Amino acid sequence: MRAYKPKDNVQAKAYYTDRFYVAPQVPKTAVEEDAVFAADLAAIKAKFAVKEAYIQVEQMVIYINACDIYGVLELMRDELAYTQLSEMSAIDWLAKDNSFEIFYQMLSMTKRKRIRVKYFIQKGEAVDSVEKLFRSADWSEREMFDMFGIEANNHPFMKRILMPYDWEGYPLLKSYPLEGDEFAAWYEVDKIYGKEARDIIGPELRDTARVDSYDSERFARLGHEVPKGTKITGDEPAVSQSYQEEDGVFLIKKLDKESSVIIDDPQR
Amino acid sequence: MAQHKVNYTQDGGLPVALTSIDKIVNWGRSNSLWALTYGLACCGIEMMASGASRFDFDRFGTIFRASPRQADVMIVAGTLTKKHAEFIKRLYDQMTEPRWVISMGSCANTGGMFNTYATVQGCDRIIPVDLYLPGCAPRPETLQYGVMLLQKKIRANKAGNAQKAKRLM
Repeated sequence: MRAYKPKDNVQAKAYYTDRFYVAPQVPKTAVEEDAVFAADLAAIKAKFAVKEAYIQVEQMVIYINACDIYGVLELMRDELAYTQLSEMSAIDWLAKDNSFEIFYQMLSMTKRKRIRVKYFIQKGEAVDSVEKLFRSADWSEREMFDMFGIEANNHPFMKRILMPYDWEGYPLLKSYPLEGDEFAAWYEVDKIYGKEARDIIGPELRDTARVDSYDSERFARLGHEVPKGTKITGDEPAVSQSYQEEDGVFLIKKLDKESSVIIDDPQR
Repeated sequence: MAQHKVNYTQDGGLPVALTSIDKIVNWGRSNSLWALTYGLACCGIEMMASGASRFDFDRFGTIFRASPRQADVMIVAGTLTKKHAEFIKRLYDQMTEPRWVISMGSCANTGGMFNTYATVQGCDRIIPVDLYLPGCAPRPETLQYGVMLLQKKIRANKAGNAQKAKRLM
């Protein structure tokens, strides 16, 4: 179980989740228990090395060598009827043993089975692209590059897909802070106004839970609105809702609340 | 030729309204606030509802325009991501003066619930904002009240003067 941590200052510190936490595994069973998976595994084992295989939550998981991925997926698509690549991405194990775990989730519509193909690569290594086999791998591999920095060899357009092209850092790494690093914090200011504008615009105010009645910058004064940046003395009168100036508006009929009709029935 | 009878005893005696240049210019500006179609996220749905028949923005003279060159007010309706930040600046610069900005909803005000690396923590870090609307998302009534407050703000200023420089830089 996760170690208990005090949460009495939860509003000021929003994120207590341990990002290196490893969830407990559900039970694994042997592949032989499922005839379809056993036949599939035998077909793969006949041509490629399989390090480990088991069934977990009615899905077969196999671990292969990184260099075999294109051949294994080609075999599964053409001969074993696993015709869809549902998703693929990476898992960050850099803190544990400096490696990434790459997974490919395969689906067979005719067999109604799913197989997850996995392998490990070391940090800095590239993977083989399977974009020629599955078009869905095009954007998935770009996203993997965008979020983890893992490049795919033979990919037709190996560029970032979600973050801007000139972004630095890989946001889904467990070592990447959720609120961004120094580059992310000043990205838009640096790009639009230049580094010299940092002092004028100031750092980001990240604590959205902060409520301060003397603060006219953070919009916490409902009913006592003042222009932004006003020095608050504490005895501002409450602001009553008024839609027009008291002395009327040129050429516009003054709103008369007494004589206006309020429609109660929303369906009318 | 039709004979129109003019009642010279009504409205101070003449069918003429006297006013100042300021008032007539501000009357025109505040009652034809054309808004830029700029729905960035879920607040955009509320902004669209404000423009549709039930809430009917047209009666305020607020008509959505798809070009910043024709717009007077930019309603930043939704989450402003860092990737999009340069484009909000470009669109703001393309609007002709006088121009105003309404920051609609928590995300545009402060980044809201998106306390992450990819979200601009308040669109006032990029462009100057005239009016902040609280809410997640604000109801169309809030947006309409906000537009009426902006009309009051426009009418309170002198029209003859060039708009004060509101750029951050």
